[in-house]
Amino acid sequence: MIATVTLLVLSGITLSILLSAYRVLRGPTIPDRVVALDNISTNLVAAIVVFSIRSQSALYIDVALVIVILSFLATVVAAKYLLRGTVID
Amino acid sequence: MEAIVSGLLLFGLFFLLAGTLGLLRLRDVYSRMHATTKSTTLGMAGVLLAALLYLRFLGLSSGLKETLILGFLFLTAPVGAHMIARAAYRAGVALWQGGVVDEFRDWQEKQ
Repeated sequence: MIATVTLLVLSGITLSILLSAYRVLRGPTIPDRVVALDNISTNLVAAIVVFSIRSQSALYIDVALVIVILSFLATVVAAKYLLRGTVID
Repeated sequence: MEAIVSGLLLFGLFFLLAGTLGLLRLRDVYSRMHATTKSTTLGMAGVLLAALLYLRFLGLSSGLKETLILGFLFLTAPVGAHMIARAAYRAGVALWQGGVVDEFRDWQEKQ
């Protein structure tokens, strides 16, 4: 039962990432693309956690933690770049 | 236990897909951000709660790291969305034409 449900959920998350990629490619403004990339990284973390359930191993949780931190950092850097034009001043 | 974990996973998937649907269908960057931030956070809560229950049930994890990811996400998703919204407003990204209120502009004019 867990194997079937996790396969279904992984397929749904893949669909969600592909639909967000449309917004990354077509988004009319740069903040649209940043929001869509943030959504993709959150979906990616969800996919890794579901894969951790599917493979019955707790190792992938560490990977998810690192990707969460990196995606927040990327969002902050993108917002700062949009605001000032530079990242480090 | 498997039924509870499956229910939580499907709950999470529903809200992740709802956030992406909002990202695709809404009209301007602020409402898209509104859709993705809230419902994606709720979907992640479902998925992480499922992982916490299942891995702890199997005796593989104490559940500390899942709780840590959840707490970090609850703290950082609003902060990141606020920073992007502020940067977008300062960069002059227009609100949707059909919107009826822009309280920040009214406040700036009053100052």
